[in-house]
Amino acid sequence: MFGYYVKLALRSLRRNPGISALMVMAIALGIAVCVMTLTVYHGMSSNPIWWKNDRLYAITLDSWDAEEPANEERPELPPPQLTYRDAEAVTSTAIAARSVRMMRTGGVLSSAEAASDVLPERALLRVTTAGFFGMFDVPFAHGGGWQAAADTGPEPVIVLSKAMNEHFFAGANSVGRTLRWNDREFRVVGVLEDWHPSPKFYDLNNGSFDDPEDAYVPFGWLPALELDSVGNTNCWKPEQRESYLDFLNSECVWVQAWVELPDAATRVRMQEYLDGYVNEQRSSGRFARPDNNRLTPVDQWLADNDVVRNDNRMLVAMAFAFLSVCLINTVGLLLAKFLGGATITGIRRALGASRRQIFLQLLTEAGMLAAVGATAGLVLASLGLLGLRAMYATGSSGFRTVMYIDVWSVAMAVALAVVSALAAGLYPAWRVGRLAPAVYLKS
Amino acid sequence: MLAMRHISKVFRTELIETHALRDFSLDVASGEFVAVTGPSGSGKTTFLNVAGLLETFDTGRYELDGVDVNGLSDDTRSRLRNEKIGFIFQSFNLIPDLDIFDNVDVPLRYRRMKTAERKERIESALDIVGLSSRAHHMPSQLSGGQQQRVAIARAIAGDPKFLLADEPTGNLDSLMARQVMDLLEQINEMGTTIVLVTHDPELARRAHRNVQVIDGQVSDYKPYEPREPQVMASAAMA
Repeated sequence: MFGYYVKLALRSLRRNPGISALMVMAIALGIAVCVMTLTVYHGMSSNPIWWKNDRLYAITLDSWDAEEPANEERPELPPPQLTYRDAEAVTSTAIAARSVRMMRTGGVLSSAEAASDVLPERALLRVTTAGFFGMFDVPFAHGGGWQAAADTGPEPVIVLSKAMNEHFFAGANSVGRTLRWNDREFRVVGVLEDWHPSPKFYDLNNGSFDDPEDAYVPFGWLPALELDSVGNTNCWKPEQRESYLDFLNSECVWVQAWVELPDAATRVRMQEYLDGYVNEQRSSGRFARPDNNRLTPVDQWLADNDVVRNDNRMLVAMAFAFLSVCLINTVGLLLAKFLGGATITGIRRALGASRRQIFLQLLTEAGMLAAVGATAGLVLASLGLLGLRAMYATGSSGFRTVMYIDVWSVAMAVALAVVSALAAGLYPAWRVGRLAPAVYLKS
Repeated sequence: MLAMRHISKVFRTELIETHALRDFSLDVASGEFVAVTGPSGSGKTTFLNVAGLLETFDTGRYELDGVDVNGLSDDTRSRLRNEKIGFIFQSFNLIPDLDIFDNVDVPLRYRRMKTAERKERIESALDIVGLSSRAHHMPSQLSGGQQQRVAIARAIAGDPKFLLADEPTGNLDSLMARQVMDLLEQINEMGTTIVLVTHDPELARRAHRNVQVIDGQVSDYKPYEPREPQVMASAAMA
């Protein structure tokens, strides 16, 4: 019977093309707005390294002022970064399968070849330890990361993003070639594939959706070159910081630390290690606040750092409110259309259709409207997201990376179509199915 | 075939109650052609709707082909209506955006017949009413008489035991009306029971039996007594 219902629905939709188009547009607009906001929301709130959620942990310690929390709005949270010395201490233990400490800096990359006509480029660099690439499953097009020994040397090695490799080496395999960072030459050891974790979970400072850095160099260059952070540096303690060494030993937090812990037992050991370290530091007058030493998995890390802000959630709620308005309009139009066809419904009832069959037939029609509406909605949502991407096309914001229709968006549109069909079709189909056929047969 | 006993049907609004049928009793035997007559508002159409299971009734007992219809679910009533009853309406009630073939197909669809069987029945029904060549015309392309013949084809396609016709010639000129009546008589001769509601005494005279409804009651109700077969009567006369 379903095939018959589909055939009847198509005829019915063709019978009133104007009303049908209005209903499709109403559903399409509602679904488009919902799919757009949900796609962005999903992209923003999704964990880009979900498969390691039970292995990767951000380390945070509450080394802040005894008198006030680091975050007035979320006093239960420790500062999101560590001091240089704490970062070094907690990532030097062998408990974790991998440990990473890192920060972001800047500079100018330029070709090391005298004859090159490639223009220098201002670049952001991640100064990190060797474990970064393996810990975060960073994909390589050529070569790979550096060995741990390169961190301490430090060795003049560099890993380039795909875009930087395109710029300086026209996309060729540049492993083994050299590049100048400020006034120093670095040997390329690896070139990344296109890699845009969104949100940029490993460092949520200065924009959770910023693009990843242009290049990566060993962490040992931080003290060696006395690098400044191009990120957040937060200090609470009045300290004398006359030299770079003073800064490294200060209570300012500006370094991120992550560990990869393969199982629960390792996690317990790591937690014990952190607690022990903090206790030990207390003997030298540090860590005056209560114990708040955290190993935070990625999901929780994104939530703690308000990657998805409340106004985004409000936007999603408003999108659903808009869909509801569209559906209420569709209910009215469908009811008018179904009641307008009550004589035909009466004839069908007289010829043997049960209420249930009439109900299913009309619900099929509503379902087809919703299906066409959802398809049109997906097209509109794609166009809308295209427009939004164009708005964010310039600058380093990675918002554009979350504005794509994907399988999730399509699944959401299908789900919304089902909900729309039921929401818009149930009442009119039920109402018309209950009409006494005899009343309409006389007309 | 049809046995109604003491049926009552009251239509209620906030202000008034209308007793459409009161203590309505009627028997129609299998193979009969009964004409139901009566003035406007006498309850003829309500009787037809109750008989056709399009309306429920308030009190009384109604057996259709031996099935007590009181208290049946909508699904069961619809199935009975589909399998046992064919409707013919004054205003034809064809579905305007279906062609003739698909209009006749409607009751068969609800019976979930296989495509081949449906096709065979539709072609046969259209053949009986003489419209085989118009199968893919739209209703608007046919005259009133042709549309009513399509409605008759639709009513008989499912091979029902019982045809309910509500003023089937009311919208037709006399020539077409006569053709439709000829067709109904032909169908009755093939064994289908027919109940015809009409104002037209001439049409009513063509039925085996006339029943007059006045104020929601059969005016001269007598319990059904089978007629003696005509062959035996002829033999007795001889």
